[in-house]
Amino acid sequence: MISENLFLLLLAIAFLGAPIAALSNARPSLSTKVAFGVSSLSSLLGLVVAADVLLNGGFEVEIPLHSIFGTFSFSVDGLSAIFLLTISLVTFAVSLYSLGYVGHYKGKYPIGLMGFFFILFYASMVMVVTSSNAIMFLIMWETMSVCSYFLVIYESRERGTVGSGLFYLVMTHIGTAAITVGFILMYTQSGSFDFSSFGSAASGMSGLMRSSVFVLWLIGFGTKAGIIPLHIWLPMAHPAAPSNISALMSAVMVKTAIYMLVRCYFDFLGVQDPWWGVLVLAVGSISALLGVMYALIESDIKRMLAFSTVENMGIILIALGTAMLFQSYGLSEFAALALIAALMHVLSHALFKSLLFMGAGSVLYAAHTRNMEMLGGLAKRMPYTSLFFFIGVLSVAAIPPTAGFVSEWMIFQSMLQSFNFPDMVVKVIMPVSLGTLAITGAMAAATFLKAFGITFLARPRSEEAEQAKEVPRTMLVGMGTMAALCVLVGVLSFSILPVLDNAASPLIGASIADQLTNGLMINIDLPTGGRFSQVSPVFIAVLLAIIFPTVFLLAGRYGGRGKVVQADTWDCGTPLTSRTEYTGRGFSNPINRMFSWVYRPKREFQATARPSPYVKTDMRYTSTVVPVFERYMYDPVVAFVRWAAKKFSVIQTGSIQTYLGYIFVMLVLLLLAMRW
Amino acid sequence: MLIEVLQMLLILAIAPLVTGLIRKFKAFFQGRQGPSMLQPYRDLAKLFRKDSVVSKDTSWIFMAAPYVCMTAVITAALMVPFFTSTSANFLGDLIVVVYLFGMMRFFLALSGLDAGSSFGGMGSSREMTVSVLVEPTILLSIFTMALITGTTVLGQISESLATSGLDLVRPALFLAFAAFFISTLAENARVPVDNPATHLELTMIHEAMILEHSGKQLALMEWSSMTKLVLYMALMANIFFPWGIAIEISAVAIGIGLLAVLIKIFLFALAIAVIESSMAKMRLFRLPNLLTVSFTLSLLAVVSFYIL
Repeated sequence: MISENLFLLLLAIAFLGAPIAALSNARPSLSTKVAFGVSSLSSLLGLVVAADVLLNGGFEVEIPLHSIFGTFSFSVDGLSAIFLLTISLVTFAVSLYSLGYVGHYKGKYPIGLMGFFFILFYASMVMVVTSSNAIMFLIMWETMSVCSYFLVIYESRERGTVGSGLFYLVMTHIGTAAITVGFILMYTQSGSFDFSSFGSAASGMSGLMRSSVFVLWLIGFGTKAGIIPLHIWLPMAHPAAPSNISALMSAVMVKTAIYMLVRCYFDFLGVQDPWWGVLVLAVGSISALLGVMYALIESDIKRMLAFSTVENMGIILIALGTAMLFQSYGLSEFAALALIAALMHVLSHALFKSLLFMGAGSVLYAAHTRNMEMLGGLAKRMPYTSLFFFIGVLSVAAIPPTAGFVSEWMIFQSMLQSFNFPDMVVKVIMPVSLGTLAITGAMAAATFLKAFGITFLARPRSEEAEQAKEVPRTMLVGMGTMAALCVLVGVLSFSILPVLDNAASPLIGASIADQLTNGLMINIDLPTGGRFSQVSPVFIAVLLAIIFPTVFLLAGRYGGRGKVVQADTWDCGTPLTSRTEYTGRGFSNPINRMFSWVYRPKREFQATARPSPYVKTDMRYTSTVVPVFERYMYDPVVAFVRWAAKKFSVIQTGSIQTYLGYIFVMLVLLLLAMRW
Repeated sequence: MLIEVLQMLLILAIAPLVTGLIRKFKAFFQGRQGPSMLQPYRDLAKLFRKDSVVSKDTSWIFMAAPYVCMTAVITAALMVPFFTSTSANFLGDLIVVVYLFGMMRFFLALSGLDAGSSFGGMGSSREMTVSVLVEPTILLSIFTMALITGTTVLGQISESLATSGLDLVRPALFLAFAAFFISTLAENARVPVDNPATHLELTMIHEAMILEHSGKQLALMEWSSMTKLVLYMALMANIFFPWGIAIEISAVAIGIGLLAVLIKIFLFALAIAVIESSMAKMRLFRLPNLLTVSFTLSLLAVVSFYIL
């Protein structure tokens, strides 16, 4: 009862706070405090509600509104609560961070408006994951898309921002169209837009109809999730948005699509055919691999992070596809394991990606550039930012015992269970997908090693990086919260996994919490009774915490306390400058060459001729990577639409009389058609 | 816990000896007498007594990396079965060991970048490039062994393979072993992937990353790499051919187990020396061919398990 009221209070605070933030726009510091005070307050309430639902069970609040589309109500069950928790956690940290971050927009862009859309964006995400009616859901989904669109184009005077926003708006509506058609197909069967009626309706649907709805939803929600080949708005829109918004979009907005995929496939449709799972698995594998490959060669920190989001959504889809496959063969205990792994990755990705985007924002705040090749040496100038960013990097690279490690380990384990499939083809598909996931993991480590190494280590590569200062305290608090959680969620995963199981078991029909955790251990048991594998992040953390100081002490004791002398880096006699450092481009070049059949790099080398062939001055080297999907998929479509529009423009004469004539002819034709 | 700590200490203790042994073998093939097998111990002892010179450009990562690498290796040494199948299984399974090595590689490569010299950056970049193909190969080999033995817990893999006679010996086992062996060469900076005996900037990977380290930090880096090599050998010995390993804790069983694992490590050291003496290091951009072969082998291992 209390959490119902708190939930309504959350929405009330958001809807009252948003206009106040907008109205106080004239006074930037006031509107900053109002906007992000309101958002942190309502996200705290969201945390309380989610925690209460996870511990004591869900609730439903009906809105007293009579509509032709059935009853509008919010319902929060275990699955909703997991996402509500994730969204609120990230929004809370980002709100604290924004208090300091928006400072540099003062006098340039209206802070009150950002606050307005920021609060509404949070509220709409909350309502998306709690809606219980298709029409109501679509309204909230649109609100979320439009709010995020306005936030993407916030820095509207920057080059390319408005274009990126438009691309985002178009793509997201293509997705919404597919989702809507899917809902309408469900409606033709169930006769109601209430989500509660969808579950029973699916069993009466024909196989073809169910499969069409499955594909439509995969396209629709996949667009929002940024799966390849529908991803191309993501690396445009996420970097264009202000960094605090990028953090929200990349860490949690894309997760709402995952929420709906889980809800729709496991709750409404039921997993019918094995090929559904195989398709999701394939799409996930491709997104993960290509996403990380493009992230690796990127020099723009925020674009790199956006591509990494594509990769991680792919990883979540791999786990989801595995769960669907197990479910379609009736192996529900393994399906539960895979779904828990997917939810764990949802949580850990939300934590580290928001942390990394906030870190990138801090770098931008302090050094005024997102280009890694202009940065360097920030670890000494921004010690706290670099430490927090480093923890995020460890988590994304799945270094034990962080959250990213636990979720990746879980996903591997659920895929290793593939020998239980009765079907040979599926058995062979799984190791291929597992190999892809392993390559993805190794490349992600390389990507983030490069990002951290080039941005924060060695010598600064520009004047701005040289002058960089640590960012304001509120920003550090926001990042520090997430950094602490990245470690804690990993270490304490033994207590988090049963909660995830609690959310997943009603959808799957099997609970594995009893087998999954035992005290401080995470166990994977075989159905026959044997122990398949186990891990204990707590013990790993404790052991690392004991061994590290021991090594330090013993090494310091043995052979006397050696002096540590500061000196130059070995330079072979020529003083080193920033130009002699290894570059990010150089770092990723071997992999670029190794996978040149994917990247299709175009290299051009020009040098002015000199009398001696050995001495060249004035050399130019350019290397570009062909964006395959833009070139071969989207460009032809755009070209076709342009061509068709030009052809049709013949009938647009611009005179009213002609248009009236068209209308008359059309009317007559329609009337005749009706007669038949 | 006593057995685990004993195994860990033994692995740490013999690591320099194994490196010395490989060098002795190589000297033999080259017709030299070569330094004593105990030379690596003397080198380490000397390095521990020396002062350190640290670049002004480095951050805390550079100083922390050697200690982190050693910590990761010690933790892995607790988990890898050596002469008995008893090991610190409560920490995690084989995948965790792979990730601990990943942690070591991560800090090693970061410290390579930290000094801001081109050498270090080059080494780090190449190390990560190699790892992109090596890590999936290792994970797929593990997958194969999990299929064969029905577990990824290290001690149990050894135990079930050692006690079931010929039942579990399948073609997949050998394919996975071949893939894992190539990965071992790549992960431990051996020929044909890297040359541990040179400091030439065009060829080196591992040596380039630790170029800026000195004194105690260098000693820790060297020692942890030597230990990592022994751990990989122990993994090969006890995952793929665990026969002889002590299943129960008794003086006789442990004696046999110790003898068996030392003989296997001796043979692996000999194999590495033969390869290094008979082969040249590969050009960097021909490496993907070799690594793709090992990746394909490991994939074949899994598929052949299902089909055969």
